[in-house]
Amino acid sequence: MSQVSAVGRSVARKDGIGKATGAARYADDLVFPGMLHGRTIRSTIPCGRIRSIRFAFDPAGFTIVDYRDVPDRNVVDLIAQDQPYLVEQEVRHLAEPILLLAHEDRDKLAAARVEIEYDEAPPLFDPEQSSHVFKAIDIVKGNAAAALAGADQVIEGTYRTGHQEHIYIEPNGVIAVPEDGGVTIHGSVQCPFYVIKAVRCLLGPGRPVRVIQTETGGGFGGKEEYPSMLAGHAAMLALKSGRPVKLVYDRGEDMVATTKRHPSIVRHRTGVTKDGRLVAMEVEVILDGGAYVTLSPVVLSRGCIHAAGPYRCDDISIRGRAVFTNTPPNGAFRGFGAPQTEFAVEVHMDRIAEALGMDPVELRRLNALRPGDTMATGQTLREDASAHLVLDAAVRRTDFTRKREEYRGSNRGIGLSLFYHGAGFTGSGERTLKSRARLVLTPTGVRIAVGSTEIGQGTRTMHAQIVTDALGIPYEDVEVAQPDTSRVADSGPTVASRTCMVVGKILEECALEMKQQLGGLAPAEYYARHGALTVERMYEPPDWIQWDDDTYRGDAYATYGWGCDVAELEVDPDTFEVRPLKLTTVQEFGRPIHPALARGQIEGGTVQGLGYALLERVVMKNGAMANAQLTNYAIPTTLDTPEIDVVMLTNPYPGGPFGAKGLGELPMDGPAPAIVNALRHLGFDVREIPATPELLAAVPTIP
Amino acid sequence: MNFLLNGVPTEVAAHPMARLLDVLREVCGLTGTKEGCGEGECGACTVLLNGEPVCSCLVPVSQVAGSEVLSIEGLRGEHPLQALFMSEVGAQCGICTPGMILTALSVPSVPTLDDVKTALAGNLCRCTGYPAIYRAVMKWRAAEPAK
Amino acid sequence: MKTAVAELDLKTATSLDQALATLHSESRTPLAGATDLYVELNFGTLKPRRFLDLWALDELREISFRGDTLVIGSLTTFTALIRSPLVATHLPMLVEAARLVGGIQIQNRGTLGGNIANASPAGDSLPILAAVDAVLVLRSAESERRVPLTEFYTGYRKSVLRPDELITAVEVQPVEGTQFFRKVGTRAALAISKVVMAGVKGAVPRIAFGSVAPMVLRARQTEQALAAGTHIEDVVRILEREIAPIDDLRSSAAYRRQVAGNLLRRFWSS
Repeated sequence: MSQVSAVGRSVARKDGIGKATGAARYADDLVFPGMLHGRTIRSTIPCGRIRSIRFAFDPAGFTIVDYRDVPDRNVVDLIAQDQPYLVEQEVRHLAEPILLLAHEDRDKLAAARVEIEYDEAPPLFDPEQSSHVFKAIDIVKGNAAAALAGADQVIEGTYRTGHQEHIYIEPNGVIAVPEDGGVTIHGSVQCPFYVIKAVRCLLGPGRPVRVIQTETGGGFGGKEEYPSMLAGHAAMLALKSGRPVKLVYDRGEDMVATTKRHPSIVRHRTGVTKDGRLVAMEVEVILDGGAYVTLSPVVLSRGCIHAAGPYRCDDISIRGRAVFTNTPPNGAFRGFGAPQTEFAVEVHMDRIAEALGMDPVELRRLNALRPGDTMATGQTLREDASAHLVLDAAVRRTDFTRKREEYRGSNRGIGLSLFYHGAGFTGSGERTLKSRARLVLTPTGVRIAVGSTEIGQGTRTMHAQIVTDALGIPYEDVEVAQPDTSRVADSGPTVASRTCMVVGKILEECALEMKQQLGGLAPAEYYARHGALTVERMYEPPDWIQWDDDTYRGDAYATYGWGCDVAELEVDPDTFEVRPLKLTTVQEFGRPIHPALARGQIEGGTVQGLGYALLERVVMKNGAMANAQLTNYAIPTTLDTPEIDVVMLTNPYPGGPFGAKGLGELPMDGPAPAIVNALRHLGFDVREIPATPELLAAVPTIP
Repeated sequence: MNFLLNGVPTEVAAHPMARLLDVLREVCGLTGTKEGCGEGECGACTVLLNGEPVCSCLVPVSQVAGSEVLSIEGLRGEHPLQALFMSEVGAQCGICTPGMILTALSVPSVPTLDDVKTALAGNLCRCTGYPAIYRAVMKWRAAEPAK
Repeated sequence: MKTAVAELDLKTATSLDQALATLHSESRTPLAGATDLYVELNFGTLKPRRFLDLWALDELREISFRGDTLVIGSLTTFTALIRSPLVATHLPMLVEAARLVGGIQIQNRGTLGGNIANASPAGDSLPILAAVDAVLVLRSAESERRVPLTEFYTGYRKSVLRPDELITAVEVQPVEGTQFFRKVGTRAALAISKVVMAGVKGAVPRIAFGSVAPMVLRARQTEQALAAGTHIEDVVRILEREIAPIDDLRSSAAYRRQVAGNLLRRFWSS
């Protein structure tokens, strides 16, 4: 069997044309016979206890669920089991779910009034004042305090980042259908196996649960853990009413009630030599976790591991904590803690360059990690580390040094950021996860049966390309099953830049094993002669990975993607409006499996980073988002988005399929610090994002 | 109430203040028109009303009586932009795609990049960052200038 | 949650006279392009329950000259303003403003009359109409009156428009001098104004601001100071006293004050 390889080419996508014809079916497009619509009644205070609940409507025809209807355990099963599906008495944040209503007529549902009285308690909003620590992390390499004492100069700084809202254009939505004494959930979800675990915990034994992912209109982390809440709510309404229940949030509810990127405060104290070598780094990271633990410990973990930046330094101390506040819980968002800490360190690096009178490129060249260097956790980098590669390429491509001089004194600025992102779960995470992938022979080819979801990024296509080449059959003969927990292997969550590198790798191994079993026969031939054949394999991380979760020492990630962003922009002298002129992004992520999809990840992530840097401000009032409208929470439009020059460099990772690493999150890490460093080049002493015109009008200028 | 929907004379029974979006999705069964915000901000619910893009979440159905409405289904999968949006990866998650395509039909026949950006400013996409959408639209216009 | 449409009542007007007769006999909220009203419906914050649909009244869509007065029908959409050679020639800053209202979907539906009647202090067309001394034609079944835009508003989202009246047209006398318009929004498109300024630099300067006071503000003290030859920095001080910006979801009072001053400097030095 000889054929043109699929990997490395922008082959036709497995999505088909349904997304462009309107035929693709998203959760809200589905209708089931007898279906009811659900609605969530939420707290209107950030902290306190429920005193009374009164229904100011005729309950006939309504299904009403409160915490007493919980079949088994009233906790959303995640890292900690602290978050209830429905408030029992204690309200910890505004917009916390208290009651669920369902009715077949949405107008009647909308008109139903519930009056809740509370005993309010004083809320806690300031993470720096919070003594309730969800998770603390201490990463120690050498002796930072001693090294600081011996440094020629110490540069300090505090950097802040705000909430960021995902704004997937399809809000959260699920439908629960009663089936066999349990429920089947159809929904807009990133992680069907998270949902099934959570709903099983809620419903208890004897109630079968099945989860089917519908076409999903964007996720970015926002549909990682939150859909478990939604699915549980819909499941309870469905069980109580005995009818299918659709629960779809409108935009305002989605913005107010669901997770966001953790706000951060990061403090740096860095010791340097006169000639610019980093000799000591002390970093303190504070993440505002909101009212429940959700994924904060692992977001903090990734944030802390990336907090020292892609730089070599023998003496590092990174101390992080994720803390409680009376605000809706924050959660997964593309980058997962790294955009916050990499923003801080990259702006700090430019401040170090300013303090030393050094060129920011030279400072980075002097300190950037090389293969053989050790990182903060003690991990020794392998040959696939590309900090210098991307830095040099970006500087050359943008003529950075010349423009840096040329723009001086004008209203144009240019700045850069050097960044990296660990692929896959942190530390021993992949070993614990034990992800599985399955390949099933069909009469015409093979079918991929994994729980990894297509949420726009190209999962289906990229997996099919890997299987195509590993198996040596035509791309058209590979089909991809819809993620349905009753029919696919649990390949782990679709998060953490792991869907290509980890799940793709298991699929590659499945395909190689299947190829052996086919013994030279084409799939159809084999099927005709011998019948069905299924190959299932579990992920085996590289055997050299060592990680100690107690000391945070070891190989934090099997590999890293590397990037360098250069931002060029203008600031209007009258209005302080920032006009980005061009973003250049050079990224090395092993090797692109599908160049057009990879480019799409980079362009899309870069623009999310642009919004994070300049536009996207969550205004919190009384502990919740006050500007929960798309008109008041501004994400970039076409006219806010400059030309994006994308360069994809290759440096294969031997443990990934065809050398691929992870890509999904890397592009999110670089834009904010590059943009803020360009603003610094223009003389604005910005140390927080979003860098709105209001902020620029107020910050001191750099002489 | 009568109007021409995707070229077909259509009669619907609906409250006159029902949103065109709901009538399309729930009465006519055409779910290709998506709701992203209910504010006229995201453009996911865009349809063409007498040839001009409008947000169907902000249109009382009574106002389309006697008019022509084109939803994504009316392109029948045959419009070159539909294939280009997939091949150029102008669609990722796809939820903004139907509205984006319908709006893109109004770009000038020989568009500059700025023309495309201006035309599409009322359609938000959170996945692509837009360049792939420009590539799809520019390729379409280059291959087939408007008559 | 959305407002239940079953609770709403709509009457469709087929002529202006019929519309006015209806408003004479019953209380109804006029509805045109619905780009503001349906946002409230979708948010569930819509208060009125009875509406009168004006969308079919093509007689209110005309843009013409009566003598040397530019007359713009109140149902003129932003798209129609953008496409009108008359408006482009005589009031180019209104075309500029229309291009910055929402995306083309909103421009295709939103009307000049709606922008005025909605009475938001952030309405993009209002400073322009205030700066050029536009006059609104208000008609009821029994009478017609003309009210300068600068006298139309009485407070935050309040105006002299009576429940039985409709805005039928906007009249603009010839504008002598260079027109200046600047909208400062939350982003490059689909933005609500944080500060919006319109000015005419002629024999006497005419200046108006939006989003810096409870209603659109014709900055007469500022104008007088400029006309009197006061130094621009002193005029900026006067402007800063004349406006009354606030902190809100979109911006801050301090920023609005600073930017208003900068725009005035830009206008005066341009």
